[in-house]
Amino acid sequence: MITASTHDSLLDEITGPTPSQMLRKRIFGHQGFLIGAIVLILLTIVAILAPWIAPHDPYAQSLMTRMEPPVFMGGDWEHPLGTDHLGRDYLSRLIYGARISLLIGAVAALISGVIGTAMGVAAGYFGGKVDAVVTFLINVRLAMPVVLVALAVVAILGGSLQVVIGVLGLLLWDRFAVVMRASTMQVRRREYVAAAQVIGASTPRILLSEIMPNIANNLIVVVTLEMAHAILLEAALSFLGLGVQPPTPSWGLMVSEGKNMMLFEPWLVLIPGAVLFVLVLAINLMGDGLRDVTAPENRS
Amino acid sequence: MLQFILKRLGLAILVAFTVSFISFSLLFLSGDPAAALAGETASGEDIEALRRLYGFDRPMLVQYGDWLFSALRGDFGESYYFRLPVASLIADRLSVTMTLGVCGITFALLTAVPLGVVAAIRPNSIIDRIALFISVAGQAMPSFWFGLILIVVFAIQLGWLPPSGTDTWRHFILPTVVLGYYAMPAIMRLTRAGMLDVLNSDYIRTARAKGANETRVMFRHALRNAIIPVVSLAAVQMGFMLGGSIVVESIFALHGAGYLAWESIARNDLPTVQALILIFSMFYIVFTFLADVLNAWLDPRMRSS
Repeated sequence: MITASTHDSLLDEITGPTPSQMLRKRIFGHQGFLIGAIVLILLTIVAILAPWIAPHDPYAQSLMTRMEPPVFMGGDWEHPLGTDHLGRDYLSRLIYGARISLLIGAVAALISGVIGTAMGVAAGYFGGKVDAVVTFLINVRLAMPVVLVALAVVAILGGSLQVVIGVLGLLLWDRFAVVMRASTMQVRRREYVAAAQVIGASTPRILLSEIMPNIANNLIVVVTLEMAHAILLEAALSFLGLGVQPPTPSWGLMVSEGKNMMLFEPWLVLIPGAVLFVLVLAINLMGDGLRDVTAPENRS
Repeated sequence: MLQFILKRLGLAILVAFTVSFISFSLLFLSGDPAAALAGETASGEDIEALRRLYGFDRPMLVQYGDWLFSALRGDFGESYYFRLPVASLIADRLSVTMTLGVCGITFALLTAVPLGVVAAIRPNSIIDRIALFISVAGQAMPSFWFGLILIVVFAIQLGWLPPSGTDTWRHFILPTVVLGYYAMPAIMRLTRAGMLDVLNSDYIRTARAKGANETRVMFRHALRNAIIPVVSLAAVQMGFMLGGSIVVESIFALHGAGYLAWESIARNDLPTVQALILIFSMFYIVFTFLADVLNAWLDPRMRSS
């Protein structure tokens, strides 16, 4: 028997918004996510187009025009953000620096994501001994002081971009492993996984087409967080002089180079640090937003 | 409970040995520590002499065993740079780092817990918004940059605090804020989430229904339960902070163990670096072990896992 009220709710179900429409609505209604995504996209465009939009060569030194102040502190438009202690255009170095930060963040997150996801999914799906070994490895990794180990290894192997990316990629997989392990454990017990097992699907197939798509939203959130983490660590390593080496325009290195002149020219330190802060903030806002949007029931 | 402690202790020891092996072998990445030590201008004979002097010509496992057994007795060898026993060198420097770590975690707890509690009592209020802003900003703030800004503002412009050094307690204020801010966001988020969870539970409603006043409900019933996970997070954060103090110590020229690590890495001082990695790891392992035990003691349900 169909009453009026059940009829209405049935109608709602048919004509109401589809899941993807609801998702789109949540995405565009989430301020933090929107702001973060827009800033990140803008900075990515700037990084990609660096050779075309940078006003000067970021490596070109000019002893005649050293330490010129930015426009808002009485400088001229030839160097909108002034020049550093070697007369290099600060805006151009900042623009090229976006490439370094984003490249290191993205590739390090990719490497650690592959390692951590493989470990976490294996531990969560197979359980037992595999789980014990992975959990143990996570504990070992967490016990190692990241900054100290990264500094030591970079010092031994030499501070090139590849080494810094590799070291960070091999060190930052712990959160991927922890989150993917927990997510896989939840998904593994669902009926559709049992159904796939019953029809005789192979293990790789189950992992790739049943498990992975259902833990992908958590994975994306961790990717953003670890990308932000890697960018901050690279800046810290470069600041300490044991990351990317001069004359590469890394933001951390720029802060370090400006440090000695901080008393008289504070903008040398303020500008690159502020840009770094904004980039990491944008990535984190986007990550937090993604978590809220894709899993509204788990909002904290 | 005893079984739980023994199991965790066994695991902690196993982790400690694995970390010691990894940290030892990491430093063999250079291929030839003797060549690295001798410098680029050294002749083949010099390198060979160094290799024999420090025993680099033996198999790595033998060297590791040797190093480990000495380390267990508290002997980490002699620093290449300072020409002093590494153990006494580190012991001298550790007090600064420990002081900084304790101050940092205290600062983080004293600011994060009240803020988290208030944010949970009044969700979406101004204070909640401010708390959220502080935690989001804290996670994105490069600590070296934050430290430099504090130096410029409070030490140079205002002249209230000294910019660097360790002479008096006032020298520790700025480093404490920088290090503490690093641990604050996580503690505050957990306090807020825990309080929100607890405040919606039945026993809080019961307590209110009995007519208990609001202060009593908050402190005796709610905070007591919400704080359990925060305690263990704080212990874990303390372990992280000791490792993270490298950056803070280098900005403020605090001559602690973190500063020593930075110096030794830059100078290729292998024995000191190896010992420091091991000691920082041990701190982390001990703190997480204590956190696990404390958790199990406070919440018996944790003992089974």
